[in-house]
Amino acid sequence: MTTLAVTPFHRRVRTFVRRLPVFIGVAILLAIVAYPLIWLLLGSFKQQDEFLSEPFWSLPRSWSLDNYVEAFVGGGLGKYILNSVIAVFPSMFLILLLGTAAGFALEVMVWKGRGAVLLVFLAGVMIPLQMILLPLFTIYFKLHLTGTLWPLIITYTATGLPLTVFMMATFFRAVPREIFEAATLDGANIYRIFWSVGMPLVRNALFTVALVQFFFIWNDLLIALTFTNSQDLRTIQAGLLNFTGQYGAVDYGPMFAGIAVNVVGTLVLYLFLNQKVMKGLTAGSVKG
Amino acid sequence: MERLLGNPRAVLVLLGPALLVYSLVMLVPIVWSLVYTVYEGNAVSGFEFVGIDNFVRFFNDPTALEAVGFTLRYALILTVLQVVVGYALALLYVFFLKKASSLVRTLVFFPVILPTVAVALLFRRFFEAAPTEGPINSIMEFIGLNTFDWFGQPDASFWVILMMDLWRSMGFYAVLLYAGVVEIPEDIIESARIDGAAGWRLVRHIILPLSLPVLLSATIFSINGTLKVFDSVVALTNGGPGTSTTPLTVYMFQTSFSFGQYGYGSTVALMLTVMCLLVTIFIFRASRRDLTRNEK
Repeated sequence: MTTLAVTPFHRRVRTFVRRLPVFIGVAILLAIVAYPLIWLLLGSFKQQDEFLSEPFWSLPRSWSLDNYVEAFVGGGLGKYILNSVIAVFPSMFLILLLGTAAGFALEVMVWKGRGAVLLVFLAGVMIPLQMILLPLFTIYFKLHLTGTLWPLIITYTATGLPLTVFMMATFFRAVPREIFEAATLDGANIYRIFWSVGMPLVRNALFTVALVQFFFIWNDLLIALTFTNSQDLRTIQAGLLNFTGQYGAVDYGPMFAGIAVNVVGTLVLYLFLNQKVMKGLTAGSVKG
Repeated sequence: MERLLGNPRAVLVLLGPALLVYSLVMLVPIVWSLVYTVYEGNAVSGFEFVGIDNFVRFFNDPTALEAVGFTLRYALILTVLQVVVGYALALLYVFFLKKASSLVRTLVFFPVILPTVAVALLFRRFFEAAPTEGPINSIMEFIGLNTFDWFGQPDASFWVILMMDLWRSMGFYAVLLYAGVVEIPEDIIESARIDGAAGWRLVRHIILPLSLPVLLSATIFSINGTLKVFDSVVALTNGGPGTSTTPLTVYMFQTSFSFGQYGYGSTVALMLTVMCLLVTIFIFRASRRDLTRNEK
């Protein structure tokens, strides 16, 4: 057969056959990644008896949104999401504002000891959060902040700062110094240079850091569990964890709907911004 | 100009707020937590000085030692899995899928951004045995095996946590290592190919040594994350059955907030911190020795 003239078609077939194992491998990989999520979405439309009697691969009998309604009305999902929003977005805003200003002061401005301060911030990336929970709990208790969402906002802001300061300093380092020096020669004062020259220059980086912090804070469980002692204060993660108890662990439909809502939120964000998210999260890891 | 960019008042205004928040909410509590280790009590009942009792108790506490064992076992195995699987995926992206790998990369990365709680609750159902059979047990039954209570037995629970965390994180390590592998200069690989290196030999002698730095940083990042595992365990097994899958983080949480023992909780937290530091230093030193040996 090899004596026959090798047509482009033959060559294509042969390449295809040789690469077939790789294709099959990739197909299996994608199935492993995607299947649990497909199962979750299908499950969020199923009724209780379908979970109990139908096989796992069956499609839901109807596509009614009853489970979602039940998750919001009976499960209090709406309250949890609202709490998360109230805790996450102010923290993100503060992290970005304070972190960028600090990054600017540490990288663009020239003064003695800035290297040491940057190292102090960096140390905060390594320390396990468990080290700060108990003293913070005492502080919030003494300040009568327990019972509000303030402990979450304050703790998220502080724990998000080290990585943000470090990343912003890195981004400012990439900006040519001449730009800032030119601005000073033009007579701009330092705050104007920060706000009107520095900020716009790192706009993209700011967006990346915002995404990274959003995922960290939105997905956080440890801090949310520590500082939210009542039902009314639970964030979506802490609330979802207790979804099971509330329904005695057997009301599958609303539970799946609750998980699906939680997943779909991040899914939509990822759908549009996946390249930025991937870049941001992996850049954030070089911190170690 | 230098005076402007070095203006001390401006430094204070720009850096001050961040440094203040960071100091008050992180640095002060870290020191405070160290003080707690020689006390016992809590915010409500008050504190009592106990000296080194908490440390003596830690080393004589079978649950604490079990937690240390679990944490180390989990962190070491998961780190190896994350780095090995991530590296295998990275090689797949670079050398097999090439330019077409972008879509696969993006899809496999997706679980990374999912809330751990959501994933864990989902995997709980996925491996469930009763009252309904999850997909895993249904498939096992279909191919003629007995259904199995994955969460009723320590070893099985341990592996379910590992599988879930690998599922969640492999896309992350794949992209992280991909960035390192793709940076290896094309001409080095090309000249090795001309010298007759291909397949496994090419990977073993050319690509692997050149990706050691990025493998090292991935390993350090991974071990530091896995030693601090909390969400996955709390939402998947809640430390059970019994206390068999309880890492130090969860044990610290329970002693502190369920039993109100701040002193002992802080001691456990300190032990965790020390463990993170020791392991990181150990990997650094081991790798340096390794690198110098390769140079000879």
